[in-house]
Order: sequence, then C-alpha cells, then structure tokens
Amino acid sequence: MIPAWPWLSLLIGFPVAGGLVLLALGSRAPSFARSFALVTSIVAFALSVIVWIGFRDGTASMQFVERIGWIPLLHANYHLGIDGISLPFLVLTTFSTVLVVLAGWRVIEYKQAAYFAAFLLMEGFMNGVFAALDGLLFYFFWEAMLIPMFLIIGVWGGPRRIYASFKFFLYTFLGSVLMLVALIYLGVRTGSYDLLAFQRAPLGLGTQIWLFIAFLLAFAVKVPMWPVHTWLPDAHVEAPTGGSVILAAIMLKMGAYGFLRLSLPIAPDASRYFSGLMVALSLVAIVYIGFVALVQTDMKKLIAYSSIVHMGFVTLGFFALFFMAGASAIEAARMGIQGGIFQMISHGLVAAALFLCVGVLYDRLHSRDIATYGGVARSMPVFGALFVFFAMANVGLPGTSGFVGEFQVILATWVANPWWSLLAALNLVIGAGFTLWLIKRVVFGPIVNEPVAKLPDVTVRERLFLFLLVIPVLLFGLWPAPILDVMRASVAHLVHQALMSKIP
Amino acid sequence: MATLALWILLSPLLAALITALAGSRLGRRCTHVLTIAGVAVSCILSFWILLRVLVGAHLDAPLYTWMVSGGIPFQIGFLIDPLSALLALVVTFVSLAVHIYSIGYMADDPGEIRFFGYISLFTFAMLLLVLANNFLQLFIGWEGVGLVSYLLIGFWFEKPTATAAALKAFVVNRIGDLGFILGIAMVLHYTGSLTYASVFARVPALAGRTVGLGFGWRVPVLTLMGLLLFVGAMGKSAQIPLHVWLPDSMEGPTPISALIHAATMVTAGVYLVARLSPLYIHAPDALGVILVIGSLTAFFMGILGVVATDIKRVIAYSTLSQLGYMMAGLGASAFAAGIFHLVTHAFFKALLFLAAGSVIIAMHHEQDMRKMGGLRKYLPVTYVTFLVGSLALVAFPGFSGYFSKDALIDAVGQSPIPGAAFAYTLLLLSVFVTALYTFRMLFLVFHGPERMGEGIRAHLHESSWVVTLPLVMLAVPALAVGWILFHPLLGGSFFGSSLATPVGINPLASFAHLSPWRFFLAAWDAPSFYLMLAGLGVAAYGYLWRPEWPARLAARIHPLYRLLVQGYYFDAFYLRLGAPGSVRLGRSLWKWGDERAIDGLGVNGTASRIGWLGALVRRFQTGFLYQYAFTMVAALVVLVSWALVRY
Repeated sequence: MIPAWPWLSLLIGFPVAGGLVLLALGSRAPSFARSFALVTSIVAFALSVIVWIGFRDGTASMQFVERIGWIPLLHANYHLGIDGISLPFLVLTTFSTVLVVLAGWRVIEYKQAAYFAAFLLMEGFMNGVFAALDGLLFYFFWEAMLIPMFLIIGVWGGPRRIYASFKFFLYTFLGSVLMLVALIYLGVRTGSYDLLAFQRAPLGLGTQIWLFIAFLLAFAVKVPMWPVHTWLPDAHVEAPTGGSVILAAIMLKMGAYGFLRLSLPIAPDASRYFSGLMVALSLVAIVYIGFVALVQTDMKKLIAYSSIVHMGFVTLGFFALFFMAGASAIEAARMGIQGGIFQMISHGLVAAALFLCVGVLYDRLHSRDIATYGGVARSMPVFGALFVFFAMANVGLPGTSGFVGEFQVILATWVANPWWSLLAALNLVIGAGFTLWLIKRVVFGPIVNEPVAKLPDVTVRERLFLFLLVIPVLLFGLWPAPILDVMRASVAHLVHQALMSKIP
Repeated sequence: MATLALWILLSPLLAALITALAGSRLGRRCTHVLTIAGVAVSCILSFWILLRVLVGAHLDAPLYTWMVSGGIPFQIGFLIDPLSALLALVVTFVSLAVHIYSIGYMADDPGEIRFFGYISLFTFAMLLLVLANNFLQLFIGWEGVGLVSYLLIGFWFEKPTATAAALKAFVVNRIGDLGFILGIAMVLHYTGSLTYASVFARVPALAGRTVGLGFGWRVPVLTLMGLLLFVGAMGKSAQIPLHVWLPDSMEGPTPISALIHAATMVTAGVYLVARLSPLYIHAPDALGVILVIGSLTAFFMGILGVVATDIKRVIAYSTLSQLGYMMAGLGASAFAAGIFHLVTHAFFKALLFLAAGSVIIAMHHEQDMRKMGGLRKYLPVTYVTFLVGSLALVAFPGFSGYFSKDALIDAVGQSPIPGAAFAYTLLLLSVFVTALYTFRMLFLVFHGPERMGEGIRAHLHESSWVVTLPLVMLAVPALAVGWILFHPLLGGSFFGSSLATPVGINPLASFAHLSPWRFFLAAWDAPSFYLMLAGLGVAAYGYLWRPEWPARLAARIHPLYRLLVQGYYFDAFYLRLGAPGSVRLGRSLWKWGDERAIDGLGVNGTASRIGWLGALVRRFQTGFLYQYAFTMVAALVVLVSWALVRY
C-alpha cells in the first residue's frame, strides 16, 4: 500500500536533521527558525500518520523492520521495527511536538532556534526509543533524549531550574545506568543485542530477578512510581510549558513502555515474583499521591501529582495480571494491559492539555499559584470552557479519553482482587476532588483582582493548539476502538509472553 | 425504529452543539427556537415510539462497537421497550416544558445562551442513559447528566456558594459512582457481558454462588453486585447518607431544579434499579437494604421540609423524600409502582418547582417563605397550578400522586422482603409529614397575611405566558396521568417483560384487576388518607389560625429543632471531618512522606551533593547543545569500550 521506504529511520532522522539545521542556524533568524520547526514537526507528524496507515492490524510481529550492522564487534545492529504497542506512541510523539512548537511560538524569547532545535532532536530520539529493537540502540536513544530535556529545563526553565534539572538528570540517569549493565549482560549472554532474542532467551529465576531490578530502577524513575517520584513535581514546576508537555506526554511513557518491551517479556518469572510489590506501589501512587495532589497550591505541581496518579493505573494494569485466575483470566489480563496502554496515550493528551492551559495563564500573569487566580471564566470564557473540558477528561469522565483506560484497568483488576479494584476506583472520588477543586478556585468564583479582570481570552494560536487536543480527547473517548484494534494482537502476544515461564 | 431512536438523541445534541459553537452569533431568539425545536422533535418522536411500543414494537440493537477489550465487545446501542419508551417521553416532555419556561425565567441573564445549550445537552445525556441497552452506555449517560448537573448548579459561577454546591454535588455523586463502577466490574466478571439481555440471561445461574472477600468472608455474588450498583443509585438519587448534595443543588437556576434535580436526573437511580429488576429479584437481601434506605430517606428527609424556610429547599427535601418512596417501592420488589411514582412525581414536582420559580420571579428573587403570604390573588394561574401540584404531592385522592403513592405504600405493606413492616410504618408516617410540609408551604406562600415589603407588593403580578404555559402543560398530567396509567402500569399489561416479576409473592398482585375508579373509592378505607388529612389539619392550625404556634413549639423542643435545621448534622460531619480530614491527610503525606522521608532521607544525600555537582557541571554548561550531545556520545563510547574490555 505504501512504498517500502525506511519510514522509521525517516521518523528518527528527519526531526534530528531539522534540529541540527536549526542549531547550525543559531540565533540569526528567529522567526524563520520557528516556521522551520513548525514545518519540520508537521512533516514528522505526517510521516507517523503514513506509518499508521501502512500498519497492518492483527499481527504481533514487528513491522517496518530495518536492520543493518552497526557495531559488528558487539553484534549490535541498527535494528528498528514497530508493533501495535509502539505505533500509537510514535504518533503521540510527533503530534505533541507540533503542539509544543505552537506553544513556544511567541513565548520563548531567549535562544529561540536552540529551543526549537532541542525539541526536534528530542522528538527524533524519542521516536528512536519506540522504534528500537536493538538493546544498545534502545539505550542510546533512551539516554540521548535526556540531554535536550535537561537543557530545556536548565536553560529555559524557572528560577530553580538548576536544582530541578539536576534532580531530573541524576534520578533518571542513575536509574538507567543499571539498565545498561543489564542490557550488556543480556547481550553477552545471547550473543547479540536483539531485543526479540532477549525476549526468547531462557533465563533462570535468579538472573531474571537481577535483570528485573536493574530495569525497574530505570523504569520506575521514569514512570514515575512512588517512592522515586519526587523529581517530577520539581522538574515540571521549573520546566517551560513545552518541556512540561513533552515530559508528561511522552517521557513518562518511556518507563511504562520499558516494562512492556523489556521487563515483562524478558523477565516474566521475575515480573511475577515482584508483581505484588508492583501492584502495591501502583495503589500507593493512586491513593497516597491523590491526597498529596489535593493540597497543592501550585497548579503545575498539582497536575504533576495527578500524572503520578494516572501512571499508577498504568502500572497496576500491567502487573495485576499475575493475580488473575479462572476462566476469564487471560482476557482480563489483556484488558488490563490494553487499559494501561490506553491510559498512557490518554494521559499524554490530557496532561499535555492541562499543562498548556496552565501555560496560557502563566504567560499572562507569570504565576502558577492557584491563589493568584479566581474568576478566570468571566474574563476568559473560551479558555474557561476548554480548561473545564480537559479537567473533566482528567477526572475520567466517560465520553473523554480519560475514562477508557481507567475503566478497563478497574474492570480487569477486579478479576485479580476486588479490594485493589476498590482502591483504584477511589480515584473517581479523589481525582474529582483535586481536579475540580482546582477548577473551582481558578476558573470559577468571583474575580479576585484587577489583573485577572483584565485577562485577554485565548488567542487564535492558543485556541489552535487547545482545539487540536480537544479532537483526540473527545474522539477516542467516544470511540476508543481504533487504538485498541491496533494494539490487540501485540497485547495478546505480550500477555502470552508474560504468563509463560522462561526458567529452563 | 433504530433511526427514530437515534434522532431522539441527536436532535437535542445537535441543538446543544450548534448553541455551543455559534450561540453568541445566533443570538437569543435563534437559540430559543433551535433548542426548543430540538427537544420538541425528540418529544414527538418519543411519543411516536411509545405508541409503536404499545402495539408490540421492540428494539434491542447495537449502534456501533465502542471498543473490543479482553475479547468482549463493548457496544453502544438502544433498548426500546415499554420502560425506556415511557421514560423517554417523560424526560422529553418535562424538558420541553422547562425549555419554554426558561425563555421567561432566564430572560435577563447574561448567560442565557449558555443555559439553553446546557439543558439541551442534558436532555441528550439523559436520553442516552434511558435508551441504553448496556451498562457502559448507561454509565456514559449517567456521568454525562452528572456533568451537566455540575455545570448548572454552578451556573452562576461567580457565586461562591454555587460553585461550592457544584463541587459537592460532583464529588458526592462520585462516591456513588465508585460503587457503581465496581458493580459494573462485577457484572462483567461474572456474566462476561455488559449488555442487559445477556447479563440477565446469565443472572439466574449465579444465584447461590458466593464471592470471597478475604479473611474467610464470603457473600452471595448477586447480593454484592446488587448492593454495589445500588450505591451508584444512592448517589444519583440522593439517598441517605449520600443525599447531602441535593439540597445545595438549589443554588442552580430554578428551571434546572425542576428538570434535573426533581423530574429526571435524580430519578436515574430509580430507573437503574428498575431496569435491573431481573437481577434484583434474585438478590432479596439487596432489595431489603434498598427498602430500608428508601423508607428512611422518605421519612427523615421529609421532616426536614417542615423546618425549611426557603421555598426551593422545602421542595428539594420533598424530592428527597419522594425519591425515598420510589426506592422503597423498588425495594419491596414492586418495580412498577416505583416507576409509576417516578412518572407522576416527574410531572407534579417539575410543576411545583416551576410554579415556585414563578413566585420567585414575582418576589424579585426572594425565596424566604416568611416574607411571602397571600400571593394567591396576585398570581392566580401560579396558585391554581401550585395547588394542583401540592394535592398530587400529598396524594389527595383523584390526583396523580394518590394513585402512584398509595399503591406503592400498599405494595410495601404486602411485600415479603425483610424490613417491609418497618418500611411500611415509616412510609405511612411520611404521608403525614408530606401533607404537613406541603400545606405549610402552600399556606405560607399563597394564604395568610402579606408579609412582603411594600416595594415588592407594589410590583406583584402574574408571570408572562411563557412561564404560565408550561405550568398548565404540567398541571394537566399532574391531574390526569394517574387515572390513565394506573391500570396499565400496575396491572402488568404495559411493562411486560421489561420489569421482572418477583419470585414468590408479588406485592402488586392485588392490582391486576383493579380499576382506577375502584382504587379511588378505596381511599376512604386507607389509613394514609386520614394521615394526610391530619397533616393538612396541623398545617392549617399552625400556619393559618395560630401563626404564633410553630415558633413556640420550636422553642419548646429546641434541641430537636436545631437537629432538624442542621439536617441531622450530615453536612457538618462531612464539612468538618471529611473534607478537612482529606486535606490534612494530604498535607501530612506531602510534608512528611514526600518532603521529609523521601526527599529528606533518600535524596538529601544526593541533594547536598547537587551543590557540588552544580559547581562542577556549571563549567560545562555552555548552553551549546552539540557539546552536550558530544559528551553523551563520548560517555556511551567509554562505557561500551569498558564493556568490551571486560568481556
């Protein structure tokens, strides 16, 4: 149907090339730089859409595979390929980058070209993570994407940006160093760095446990899971709006993606061994962090904590399957994983939208403090309506994408343990509490001060990127089937791998 | 018929969408015409469908596949049977009346266009709920009406009390939904489907099965399922102890109180239990709980109406009490009686609210009944229609409420469900209470001395026709609908298989061959009639002949009076313990857990090093990306070479 081009390499290389051009350009033509970035990101998005069109549902095998020698000495290959689990994230990445470019259009004044370059480079690297099928390549992209994000926070961030960027970098970097060790171990043991070979390799429980721990440190930090989550609120608070958007929409998904691509298929027995811990940490994230979110006074921190809650659903959906028994266990396991993946995608959209909303306010009054606002709906009616809409998606209102993942995870978890299901479902109440309380204080109520009274409503550009997010949030809420159809075969294969012992 | 059903849904939705996107450009008039036309089309189609259903039409078909997950297709689809067709007509009819009324009521409001968009959206969501053939769509509609309710309670969003009430309504409803969603999870787990027909087909096989909840605790599957789903119904239909949001919801505009918080949305829980009657008949213990909670709500919430002084709050407490009646009827497994009362209540309660709204307009938005009085000569149409609504509410023989409520009480009396005797007593006492607060309101507002200020009295006049027409539109069914529906609904010929008949004793068996005329004549033999007259008598004594008497009585029994004025301290409990407790918990988790324990102990070592690292790295931080990229790649090369050397 579509020509057999190296589409995945294009998805990685095109934005990276665009980023390099911008870097070379320097600060010579800022307005050209942003137009160039916009065009590049739109083309990258179009490329991902082409990949989606060319993608065949119904098979778990890798598609768009590219494989050439990279480091022959190590048997490491430049090996790319995607399945139904990675595809949606490629599209999400390219889509979010377009939004970020739009969001930074007027706001960024300092080193504009470099700012857009950082996002384009990061886009390429993130696409690389989702497309890599070679362990070293995966690691390369995994670490490479940290650098632009580190810079985005450190250079364009808020007043405490140095502290936040180092906390971010140290946390995530220290976590992933152990992953490299694990990957090298597997590479040496299997004789190549092929992730699919890793997945097939029989491994004893002891080995698997060490591998799982090494992966866990890398992924748990990224997700982030309680108790290694404290870098996230700081990073979000200091990051510029675009940085927060990418952080929430894509970077948090890397950890969960790692569980799917590495932990569960490579170390299924260890995953089972640790599943109790994983479920416990997920539930702590949902309930504990929910209460913490309730008392935040900084809008970005509140949304950051809300992200941790939502990612708790993701990891719960991934690890509850080891506790399922009975006739419907396999189906429920698939539902849990699908729910988790859907939650990742939806959270990518909704959290991005909420950070953009906060950005809209921040650009006007330069405050993220909830107490600065109040009665915004009177001066900014269109913005108020959009903010309430995304808040409702965050609350998981049916008809928005926020509902679908949570719904599936709650339904599936019941099969594992009704009490866990109850704890997870508490988010219906707590999530409504912290999100709508935020709305009550910021959007509704009497106008609190003169600056709020004079707030201009959203501009055409702001409307554009917010409405671009309304569409998928609503569409996938009313009709989630397309995304679930894409991933069904791959998820079934993954559940099969996760439930199959690899102990020789 | 699927197309017809689709258009019932789509016409209000399209009206709402156009209003949302282009309302300000279209202007007021255009929006009125558009939204009213949308609902009118829906109403006419609903009527047409009800006629078709009467001659045996039936539809249970999927519209599209929402998702396939875990091997199970989750579908959006329609179920058109007597129950849903009847409810769809009630919803669209009341909605139509409220739309027309709102032209007058909202005329000077700057948010008028937004208001019309909301009520059309509400009508869509409510119909989505009613016409669903599966739990998923039911839940989507359920949350949809909750959303619009939230938006409309907080419609005047600059009023702090309104936004607080909206938040409270949403969160309390969410507590109910917590139970509801777990109930849905259970349904899916045990029946492998969320479509009503397949679920009901598999329910009998679950009777006798138990589910282990840990610690050796086992409960019957169907009882737990029924109770969890009922928790959802308790939230939406405001049953004790989740009732606290409904009185506060009166912060919304009065037409909304009529449409959402009296006639339609709050009865969704009643509809849910009735819709699931094939499940509940196998779970008598769950029915017993419903029966007891319903009757407690009916009695204790009714009493609060006696001490309230805000006209809308009296009607709100009355709604709580009547919802309790409906629930009790369902709990007694007299499902048809519960639905019958839902239908009559929808008409007369919407009528009462709209009439109260007409009073409020005339009084220049004064809602305190102590400042009204003698209004009947200024507002004749409002008075007559309000009187009709009141007589229906107190179940005066011949009015619609009489047929539904007395039949319901009778059925509870005959029910074998555990707790029925207790519930029967409470429901009978509630008849007295209902009459007392209703006539108290009637006398305080329309009779007796005129207590309003001179400025208001000078301008008192009847509302315009857009307000009085809906009153008459609703007064007619409030009078007549009992006579028409009594036999078909309670005799069993109308609902057919859409409501299950209980296993064993059917509390409605004696209604099978009873004509409305015979039932009307039987009023004089029933204790409820005399309890109602007693309520009327006490109200007349206290509020017409001896107006000083209620205050003296209140002073006499002051602790009890305070208990009632405080609504049994439910709000105080939630607002002093629940909400601040959560905030306190959150704050200590944040300060002690996140900041002290995790960051303090775990990260602090690292954090102190950050200062040092920062100094070191600052030298590298030139701001040029390629240097970083280079450093990163270099590091990777070093690591890889290290690995190479090792092996």
